[in-house]
Amino acid sequence: MASLKDLQNRIKSVKNTQKITKAMQMVAAAKLRKAQDAAERSRPYSDRIGAVITNLSASMAGSQGAPKLLVGTGEDNVHLLVVASADRGLCGGFNTNIVRKAREEITALEAAGKTVKIFCIGKKGFEQLDRLYGDKIVKMVSLKEHKTLTGAIAAELGGTITEMFDAGEFDVCKLIYSQFENVMTQIPTVKTMIPAIGDMGEHAGKEGAHASDDVFAPDLKGAAYEYEPDEEGILAVLLPRNINTQIFSALLENSAGEMGSKMAAMDNATRSAGDMIDKLTLTFNRSRQAQITSELIEIISGAEAL
Amino acid sequence: MAEKLQFSLVSPEAELFSGLVDQVDVPGTEGDFGVFANHAPFMAAIRTGAITVFNDGAKIRYMIQGGFADVMPEGLTILAESCILMSDVKAEMIAEEITKAEAALETAEGDASLPAAQHLDGLKQLAESL
Repeated sequence: MASLKDLQNRIKSVKNTQKITKAMQMVAAAKLRKAQDAAERSRPYSDRIGAVITNLSASMAGSQGAPKLLVGTGEDNVHLLVVASADRGLCGGFNTNIVRKAREEITALEAAGKTVKIFCIGKKGFEQLDRLYGDKIVKMVSLKEHKTLTGAIAAELGGTITEMFDAGEFDVCKLIYSQFENVMTQIPTVKTMIPAIGDMGEHAGKEGAHASDDVFAPDLKGAAYEYEPDEEGILAVLLPRNINTQIFSALLENSAGEMGSKMAAMDNATRSAGDMIDKLTLTFNRSRQAQITSELIEIISGAEAL
Repeated sequence: MAEKLQFSLVSPEAELFSGLVDQVDVPGTEGDFGVFANHAPFMAAIRTGAITVFNDGAKIRYMIQGGFADVMPEGLTILAESCILMSDVKAEMIAEEITKAEAALETAEGDASLPAAQHLDGLKQLAESL
Protein backbone atom coordinates (compact mmCIF):
# COMPACT_ATOMS: atom_id res chain seq x y z
CA MET A 1 0.00 0.00 0.00
CA ALA A 2 1.12 3.50 -0.79
CA SER A 3 2.54 5.43 2.10
CA LEU A 4 0.68 8.34 3.65
CA LYS A 5 3.08 10.80 2.09
CA ASP A 6 2.48 9.35 -1.37
CA LEU A 7 -1.27 9.59 -0.92
CA GLN A 8 -0.98 13.16 0.22
CA ASN A 9 1.05 14.07 -2.85
CA ARG A 10 -1.43 12.34 -5.09
CA ILE A 11 -4.33 14.26 -3.57
CA LYS A 12 -2.46 17.52 -3.93
CA SER A 13 -1.69 16.87 -7.59
CA VAL A 14 -5.27 15.92 -8.42
CA LYS A 15 -6.46 19.06 -6.66
CA ASN A 16 -4.14 21.14 -8.81
CA THR A 17 -5.40 19.46 -11.95
CA GLN A 18 -8.94 20.13 -10.84
CA LYS A 19 -8.13 23.81 -10.40
CA ILE A 20 -6.79 23.92 -13.94
CA THR A 21 -9.78 22.18 -15.50
CA LYS A 22 -12.12 24.38 -13.50
CA ALA A 23 -10.34 27.49 -14.73
CA MET A 24 -10.43 26.22 -18.31
CA GLN A 25 -14.11 25.55 -17.99
CA MET A 26 -14.78 29.07 -16.81
CA VAL A 27 -12.65 30.58 -19.54
CA ALA A 28 -14.50 28.48 -22.12
CA ALA A 29 -17.83 29.57 -20.68
CA ALA A 30 -16.88 33.22 -20.98
CA LYS A 31 -15.56 32.78 -24.51
CA LEU A 32 -18.57 30.72 -25.46
CA ARG A 33 -20.91 33.59 -24.74
CA LYS A 34 -18.89 35.86 -26.98
CA ALA A 35 -18.51 33.30 -29.74
CA GLN A 36 -22.20 32.45 -29.61
CA ASP A 37 -23.07 36.13 -29.90
CA ALA A 38 -20.79 36.55 -32.87
CA ALA A 39 -22.22 33.46 -34.57
CA GLU A 40 -25.75 34.67 -34.05
CA ARG A 41 -24.97 38.17 -35.26
CA SER A 42 -23.47 36.84 -38.47
CA ARG A 43 -26.53 34.77 -39.31
CA PRO A 44 -28.71 37.53 -40.81
CA TYR A 45 -25.98 38.39 -43.29
CA SER A 46 -25.34 34.86 -44.45
CA ASP A 47 -29.07 34.15 -44.63
CA ARG A 48 -29.64 37.24 -46.75
CA ILE A 49 -26.76 36.61 -49.07
CA GLY A 50 -28.04 33.07 -49.55
CA ALA A 51 -31.49 34.39 -50.39
CA VAL A 52 -30.09 36.95 -52.81
CA ILE A 53 -28.08 34.29 -54.61
CA THR A 54 -31.13 32.08 -54.85
CA ASN A 55 -33.01 34.92 -56.50
CA LEU A 56 -30.21 35.79 -58.83
CA SER A 57 -29.40 32.28 -59.84
CA ALA A 58 -33.03 31.75 -60.76
CA SER A 59 -32.61 34.14 -63.65
CA MET A 60 -29.12 32.96 -64.48
CA ALA A 61 -29.39 29.20 -64.21
CA GLY A 62 -29.68 27.51 -67.54
CA SER A 63 -28.58 30.57 -69.46
CA GLN A 64 -25.25 30.50 -71.23
CA GLY A 65 -22.36 32.41 -69.76
CA ALA A 66 -23.43 31.98 -66.17
CA PRO A 67 -20.42 32.29 -63.88
CA LYS A 68 -18.68 29.02 -63.13
CA LEU A 69 -18.77 29.70 -59.43
CA LEU A 70 -22.54 29.54 -59.68
CA VAL A 71 -23.15 26.60 -61.98
CA GLY A 72 -19.90 24.70 -61.65
CA THR A 73 -17.46 23.56 -64.29
CA GLY A 74 -19.91 21.04 -65.64
CA GLU A 75 -17.83 18.21 -64.21
CA ASP A 76 -17.40 16.79 -60.79
CA ASN A 77 -14.18 14.85 -60.90
CA VAL A 78 -12.05 16.72 -58.42
CA HIS A 79 -13.53 17.57 -55.06
CA LEU A 80 -11.98 20.02 -52.67
CA LEU A 81 -12.97 19.47 -49.07
CA VAL A 82 -12.45 22.41 -46.80
CA VAL A 83 -12.25 20.95 -43.32
CA ALA A 84 -12.62 23.56 -40.62
CA SER A 85 -11.65 22.39 -37.16
CA ALA A 86 -10.30 23.91 -33.98
CA ASP A 87 -6.68 24.84 -33.33
CA ARG A 88 -6.68 23.54 -29.81
CA GLY A 89 -7.49 20.23 -28.27
CA LEU A 90 -9.05 19.46 -24.90
CA CYS A 91 -12.51 20.03 -26.22
CA GLY A 92 -14.04 16.60 -26.08
CA GLY A 93 -15.06 14.97 -29.32
CA PHE A 94 -15.36 18.23 -31.20
CA ASN A 95 -12.46 17.79 -33.61
CA THR A 96 -12.89 14.05 -33.85
CA ASN A 97 -16.49 14.46 -34.94
CA ILE A 98 -15.53 16.86 -37.71
CA VAL A 99 -12.77 14.56 -38.87
CA ARG A 100 -15.11 11.59 -38.82
CA LYS A 101 -17.54 13.47 -41.03
CA ALA A 102 -14.70 14.38 -43.37
CA ARG A 103 -13.57 10.77 -43.51
CA GLU A 104 -17.05 9.56 -44.37
CA GLU A 105 -17.20 12.13 -47.13
CA ILE A 106 -13.78 11.16 -48.47
CA THR A 107 -14.59 7.46 -48.41
CA ALA A 108 -17.86 8.06 -50.23
CA LEU A 109 -16.22 10.24 -52.88
CA GLU A 110 -13.39 7.83 -53.43
CA ALA A 111 -15.80 4.95 -53.76
CA ALA A 112 -17.46 6.97 -56.53
CA GLY A 113 -14.09 7.31 -58.23
CA LYS A 114 -13.55 11.01 -57.58
CA THR A 115 -10.29 12.71 -56.79
CA VAL A 116 -10.24 14.32 -53.38
CA LYS A 117 -8.17 17.27 -52.23
CA ILE A 118 -8.22 18.54 -48.69
CA PHE A 119 -7.85 22.08 -47.43
CA CYS A 120 -7.45 22.14 -43.65
CA ILE A 121 -8.37 25.12 -41.55
CA GLY A 122 -7.29 24.52 -37.99
CA LYS A 123 -4.43 22.47 -36.67
CA LYS A 124 -6.26 19.65 -34.90
CA GLY A 125 -8.22 18.49 -37.90
CA PHE A 126 -5.05 18.62 -39.94
CA GLU A 127 -3.15 16.46 -37.47
CA GLN A 128 -5.81 13.78 -37.54
CA LEU A 129 -6.32 13.82 -41.29
CA ASP A 130 -2.62 13.99 -42.02
CA ARG A 131 -2.13 10.49 -40.67
CA LEU A 132 -4.70 9.00 -43.03
CA TYR A 133 -4.72 11.25 -46.03
CA GLY A 134 -1.42 13.10 -45.83
CA ASP A 135 -0.92 13.00 -49.60
CA LYS A 136 -4.30 14.56 -50.28
CA ILE A 137 -3.87 17.64 -48.17
CA VAL A 138 -3.11 20.55 -50.44
CA LYS A 139 -3.16 23.30 -47.87
CA MET A 140 -3.26 23.85 -44.16
CA VAL A 141 -4.04 27.08 -42.39
CA SER A 142 -3.91 27.63 -38.66
CA LEU A 143 -5.83 30.50 -37.14
CA LYS A 144 -4.03 30.32 -33.84
CA GLU A 145 -2.35 33.70 -34.14
CA HIS A 146 -5.67 35.46 -34.70
CA LYS A 147 -7.29 36.35 -31.43
CA THR A 148 -10.64 37.30 -32.88
CA LEU A 149 -12.23 36.08 -36.06
CA THR A 150 -12.82 38.85 -38.54
CA GLY A 151 -14.30 38.99 -41.98
CA ALA A 152 -10.82 39.74 -43.30
CA ILE A 153 -9.49 36.32 -42.28
CA ALA A 154 -12.39 34.60 -43.97
CA ALA A 155 -11.96 36.80 -47.02
CA GLU A 156 -8.34 35.71 -47.30
CA LEU A 157 -9.28 32.04 -47.06
CA GLY A 158 -12.13 32.54 -49.50
CA GLY A 159 -9.79 34.33 -51.87
CA THR A 160 -7.40 31.38 -51.82
CA ILE A 161 -10.22 29.00 -52.63
CA THR A 162 -11.57 31.16 -55.44
CA GLU A 163 -8.09 31.44 -56.92
CA MET A 164 -7.67 27.69 -56.81
CA PHE A 165 -11.02 27.29 -58.51
CA ASP A 166 -10.11 29.79 -61.21
CA ALA A 167 -6.88 27.88 -61.77
CA GLY A 168 -9.01 24.79 -62.39
CA GLU A 169 -7.65 22.84 -59.46
CA PHE A 170 -11.03 21.40 -58.53
CA ASP A 171 -14.63 21.16 -59.76
CA VAL A 172 -16.65 20.98 -56.57
CA CYS A 173 -15.90 22.55 -53.22
CA LYS A 174 -17.42 21.38 -49.99
CA LEU A 175 -17.09 22.90 -46.57
CA ILE A 176 -17.07 20.69 -43.50
CA TYR A 177 -17.58 22.32 -40.15
CA SER A 178 -19.56 21.95 -36.98
CA GLN A 179 -22.92 23.66 -36.78
CA PHE A 180 -23.49 25.05 -33.30
CA GLU A 181 -26.83 23.85 -32.01
CA ASN A 182 -26.39 24.37 -28.29
CA VAL A 183 -23.69 23.85 -25.68
CA MET A 184 -24.17 20.09 -25.67
CA THR A 185 -24.74 19.50 -29.38
CA GLN A 186 -22.67 20.48 -32.35
CA ILE A 187 -23.59 18.91 -35.62
CA PRO A 188 -20.81 18.18 -38.11
CA THR A 189 -22.14 19.54 -41.39
CA VAL A 190 -21.14 19.29 -45.03
CA LYS A 191 -22.06 22.20 -47.26
CA THR A 192 -21.36 22.60 -50.95
CA MET A 193 -19.89 26.03 -51.69
CA ILE A 194 -19.03 25.64 -55.36
CA PRO A 195 -21.16 25.41 -57.44
CA ALA A 196 -23.37 27.79 -55.52
CA ILE A 197 -26.64 26.36 -56.77
CA GLY A 198 -27.79 22.92 -55.86
CA ASP A 199 -30.52 21.04 -54.11
CA MET A 200 -32.26 24.07 -52.72
CA GLY A 201 -35.15 21.91 -51.67
CA GLU A 202 -33.26 20.69 -48.65
CA HIS A 203 -32.56 24.09 -47.22
CA ALA A 204 -33.69 26.97 -49.34
CA GLY A 205 -31.14 29.70 -49.85
CA LYS A 206 -28.31 27.54 -48.60
CA GLU A 207 -26.01 25.55 -50.81
CA GLY A 208 -26.43 21.95 -51.73
CA ALA A 209 -25.11 19.35 -54.12
CA HIS A 210 -24.23 19.65 -57.77
CA ALA A 211 -27.20 20.05 -60.07
CA SER A 212 -26.24 22.72 -62.52
CA ASP A 213 -29.15 22.26 -64.89
CA ASP A 214 -31.87 22.02 -62.33
CA VAL A 215 -34.32 24.86 -62.43
CA PHE A 216 -35.86 25.57 -59.07
CA ALA A 217 -38.76 27.82 -58.24
CA PRO A 218 -37.62 31.21 -56.97
CA ASP A 219 -39.63 33.27 -54.54
CA LEU A 220 -39.81 36.56 -56.37
CA LYS A 221 -43.40 37.26 -55.39
CA GLY A 222 -44.28 38.02 -58.98
CA ALA A 223 -41.83 40.88 -59.26
CA ALA A 224 -39.44 41.38 -62.14
CA TYR A 225 -35.96 42.05 -60.89
CA GLU A 226 -33.74 44.74 -62.29
CA TYR A 227 -30.02 44.89 -61.88
CA GLU A 228 -27.54 47.69 -61.65
CA PRO A 229 -25.02 46.98 -63.11
CA ASP A 230 -26.04 43.76 -64.92
CA GLU A 231 -26.52 40.28 -63.43
CA GLU A 232 -23.06 39.13 -64.39
CA GLY A 233 -21.45 42.16 -62.82
CA ILE A 234 -23.25 41.61 -59.58
CA LEU A 235 -22.73 37.88 -59.52
CA ALA A 236 -19.04 38.27 -60.25
CA VAL A 237 -18.69 40.16 -56.98
CA LEU A 238 -21.41 38.43 -55.05
CA LEU A 239 -20.29 34.83 -55.52
CA PRO A 240 -16.78 35.18 -54.11
CA ARG A 241 -18.32 37.22 -51.32
CA ASN A 242 -20.75 34.41 -50.67
CA ILE A 243 -17.87 31.98 -50.29
CA ASN A 244 -16.15 34.30 -47.85
CA THR A 245 -19.36 34.67 -45.91
CA GLN A 246 -19.92 30.96 -45.71
CA ILE A 247 -16.41 30.40 -44.48
CA PHE A 248 -16.77 33.20 -41.99
CA SER A 249 -19.98 31.87 -40.56
CA ALA A 250 -18.56 28.35 -40.51
CA LEU A 251 -15.59 29.64 -38.52
CA LEU A 252 -17.86 31.43 -36.11
CA GLU A 253 -20.10 28.39 -35.67
CA ASN A 254 -16.98 26.34 -35.15
CA SER A 255 -15.55 28.60 -32.50
CA ALA A 256 -18.83 28.63 -30.62
CA GLY A 257 -18.99 24.86 -30.91
CA GLU A 258 -15.40 24.45 -29.80
CA MET A 259 -16.02 26.52 -26.69
CA GLY A 260 -19.24 24.72 -25.89
CA SER A 261 -17.58 21.37 -26.32
CA LYS A 262 -14.58 22.46 -24.28
CA MET A 263 -16.83 23.70 -21.51
CA ALA A 264 -18.64 20.38 -21.33
CA ALA A 265 -15.39 18.41 -21.47
CA MET A 266 -13.78 20.49 -18.75
CA ASP A 267 -16.88 20.25 -16.60
CA ASN A 268 -16.63 16.48 -16.85
CA ALA A 269 -12.94 16.57 -16.04
CA THR A 270 -13.54 18.74 -13.00
CA ARG A 271 -16.20 16.38 -11.77
CA SER A 272 -14.03 13.27 -12.24
CA ALA A 273 -11.19 15.02 -10.45
CA GLY A 274 -13.59 15.68 -7.57
CA ASP A 275 -14.57 12.01 -7.45
CA MET A 276 -10.95 11.01 -7.48
CA ILE A 277 -10.11 13.36 -4.62
CA ASP A 278 -12.97 11.92 -2.56
CA LYS A 279 -11.75 8.40 -3.15
CA LEU A 280 -8.13 9.23 -2.39
CA THR A 281 -9.06 11.14 0.77
CA LEU A 282 -11.01 8.13 1.98
CA THR A 283 -8.06 5.83 1.38
CA PHE A 284 -5.77 8.36 3.04
CA ASN A 285 -7.93 8.58 6.17
CA ARG A 286 -8.30 4.83 6.37
CA SER A 287 -4.60 4.16 6.18
CA ARG A 288 -3.89 6.95 8.64
CA GLN A 289 -6.31 5.39 11.10
CA ALA A 290 -4.81 1.95 10.51
CA GLN A 291 -1.41 3.39 11.22
CA ILE A 292 -2.55 5.01 14.48
CA THR A 293 -4.24 1.80 15.58
CA SER A 294 -1.17 -0.27 14.92
CA GLU A 295 1.01 2.26 16.75
CA LEU A 296 -1.35 2.15 19.73
CA ILE A 297 -1.27 -1.63 19.77
CA GLU A 298 2.48 -1.55 19.76
CA ILE A 299 2.57 0.86 22.72
CA ILE A 300 -0.02 -1.07 24.69
CA SER A 301 1.56 -4.45 24.10
CA GLY A 302 4.91 -2.91 24.98
CA ALA A 303 3.49 -1.59 28.26
CA GLU A 304 1.88 -4.94 29.05
CA ALA A 305 5.12 -6.75 28.53
CA LEU A 306 6.77 -4.79 31.32
CA MET B 1 -45.23 60.37 -44.73
CA ALA B 2 -47.37 57.62 -46.02
CA GLU B 3 -46.07 54.09 -45.92
CA LYS B 4 -42.83 53.13 -44.27
CA LEU B 5 -40.04 51.10 -45.73
CA GLN B 6 -38.71 47.99 -44.01
CA PHE B 7 -34.97 48.51 -44.00
CA SER B 8 -32.23 46.28 -42.74
CA LEU B 9 -28.54 46.89 -42.88
CA VAL B 10 -26.35 43.87 -42.26
CA SER B 11 -22.62 43.41 -42.32
CA PRO B 12 -20.85 40.07 -41.87
CA GLU B 13 -20.19 40.88 -38.24
CA ALA B 14 -23.58 42.15 -37.17
CA GLU B 15 -27.00 43.44 -38.08
CA LEU B 16 -26.54 47.19 -37.78
CA PHE B 17 -30.03 48.38 -38.42
CA SER B 18 -33.42 46.84 -38.79
CA GLY B 19 -36.72 48.64 -38.71
CA LEU B 20 -39.22 50.86 -40.46
CA VAL B 21 -37.98 54.08 -42.02
CA ASP B 22 -39.19 56.75 -44.43
CA GLN B 23 -36.38 56.79 -46.95
CA VAL B 24 -32.88 55.47 -47.51
CA ASP B 25 -30.30 57.05 -49.80
CA VAL B 26 -27.76 54.60 -51.13
CA PRO B 27 -24.57 55.22 -53.11
CA GLY B 28 -24.78 52.76 -56.00
CA THR B 29 -21.89 52.05 -58.33
CA GLU B 30 -23.90 53.57 -61.16
CA GLY B 31 -25.07 56.55 -59.13
CA ASP B 32 -26.84 57.40 -55.92
CA PHE B 33 -30.44 56.42 -55.47
CA GLY B 34 -33.14 56.85 -52.88
CA VAL B 35 -35.49 54.10 -51.84
CA PHE B 36 -39.01 54.67 -50.53
CA ALA B 37 -41.65 52.13 -49.65
CA ASN B 38 -43.01 50.10 -52.59
CA HIS B 39 -39.95 50.64 -54.72
CA ALA B 40 -39.73 48.40 -57.77
CA PRO B 41 -37.55 45.37 -56.98
CA PHE B 42 -34.00 45.70 -58.10
CA MET B 43 -30.51 44.95 -57.03
CA ALA B 44 -27.52 47.23 -57.11
CA ALA B 45 -23.89 47.11 -56.20
CA ILE B 46 -22.76 49.76 -53.73
CA ARG B 47 -19.61 51.85 -53.89
CA THR B 48 -17.78 53.47 -51.00
CA GLY B 49 -19.80 56.31 -49.58
CA ALA B 50 -22.47 57.27 -47.10
CA ILE B 51 -25.89 55.72 -46.61
CA THR B 52 -28.44 58.12 -45.26
CA VAL B 53 -31.48 56.81 -43.43
CA PHE B 54 -34.39 59.25 -43.06
CA ASN B 55 -36.93 58.56 -40.43
CA ASP B 56 -39.42 60.99 -38.86
CA GLY B 57 -37.29 63.93 -39.83
CA ALA B 58 -34.18 62.42 -38.26
CA LYS B 59 -31.17 61.38 -40.30
CA ILE B 60 -28.77 58.55 -39.54
CA ARG B 61 -25.68 58.22 -41.66
CA TYR B 62 -23.47 55.19 -42.14
CA MET B 63 -20.17 54.90 -43.90
CA ILE B 64 -20.22 51.92 -46.21
CA GLN B 65 -17.45 50.29 -48.20
CA GLY B 66 -18.81 48.01 -50.85
CA GLY B 67 -21.79 45.74 -50.72
CA PHE B 68 -25.19 45.24 -52.28
CA ALA B 69 -28.59 46.78 -51.99
CA ASP B 70 -31.42 44.36 -52.52
CA VAL B 71 -34.78 46.03 -53.03
CA MET B 72 -37.55 43.51 -52.58
CA PRO B 73 -41.31 44.03 -52.45
CA GLU B 74 -41.09 43.59 -48.69
CA GLY B 75 -38.29 46.06 -48.17
CA LEU B 76 -34.69 47.03 -48.62
CA THR B 77 -31.77 44.95 -47.48
CA ILE B 78 -28.23 46.20 -47.64
CA LEU B 79 -25.47 43.65 -47.48
CA ALA B 80 -22.49 45.72 -46.52
CA GLU B 81 -18.95 44.51 -46.78
CA SER B 82 -17.90 46.92 -44.11
CA CYS B 83 -20.12 49.50 -42.50
CA ILE B 84 -19.92 51.85 -39.52
CA LEU B 85 -22.01 54.63 -38.05
CA MET B 86 -20.85 57.95 -39.43
CA SER B 87 -20.56 59.40 -35.94
CA ASP B 88 -18.00 56.70 -35.10
CA VAL B 89 -15.87 57.49 -38.12
CA LYS B 90 -12.62 59.29 -37.36
CA ALA B 91 -10.79 61.49 -39.82
CA GLU B 92 -7.54 59.56 -39.25
CA MET B 93 -9.27 56.32 -40.15
CA ILE B 94 -10.34 57.71 -43.49
CA ALA B 95 -6.91 59.21 -44.09
CA GLU B 96 -5.41 55.79 -43.52
CA GLU B 97 -7.91 54.18 -45.89
CA ILE B 98 -7.15 56.82 -48.49
CA THR B 99 -3.44 56.00 -48.37
CA LYS B 100 -4.27 52.33 -48.79
CA ALA B 101 -6.69 53.05 -51.62
CA GLU B 102 -4.10 55.18 -53.43
CA ALA B 103 -1.58 52.37 -53.24
CA ALA B 104 -4.21 49.91 -54.48
CA LEU B 105 -5.12 52.17 -57.37
CA GLU B 106 -1.52 52.33 -58.51
CA THR B 107 -1.17 48.57 -58.66
CA ALA B 108 -4.64 47.99 -60.15
CA GLU B 109 -4.80 47.21 -63.84
CA GLY B 110 -7.52 47.00 -66.45
CA ASP B 111 -10.93 46.19 -65.02
CA ALA B 112 -9.81 46.48 -61.45
CA SER B 113 -8.81 50.14 -61.73
CA LEU B 114 -12.34 51.51 -62.03
CA PRO B 115 -13.63 50.15 -58.72
CA ALA B 116 -10.35 51.16 -57.11
CA ALA B 117 -10.72 54.71 -58.38
CA GLN B 118 -14.34 54.78 -57.28
CA HIS B 119 -13.34 53.56 -53.85
CA LEU B 120 -10.73 56.29 -53.50
CA ASP B 121 -13.18 58.90 -54.73
CA GLY B 122 -15.79 57.83 -52.24
CA LEU B 123 -13.28 57.98 -49.40
CA LYS B 124 -12.22 61.49 -50.37
CA GLN B 125 -15.81 62.65 -50.45
CA LEU B 126 -16.39 61.13 -47.03
CA ALA B 127 -13.32 62.86 -45.68
CA GLU B 128 -14.67 66.19 -46.89
CA SER B 129 -18.12 65.63 -45.46
CA LEU B 130 -16.78 65.00 -41.96
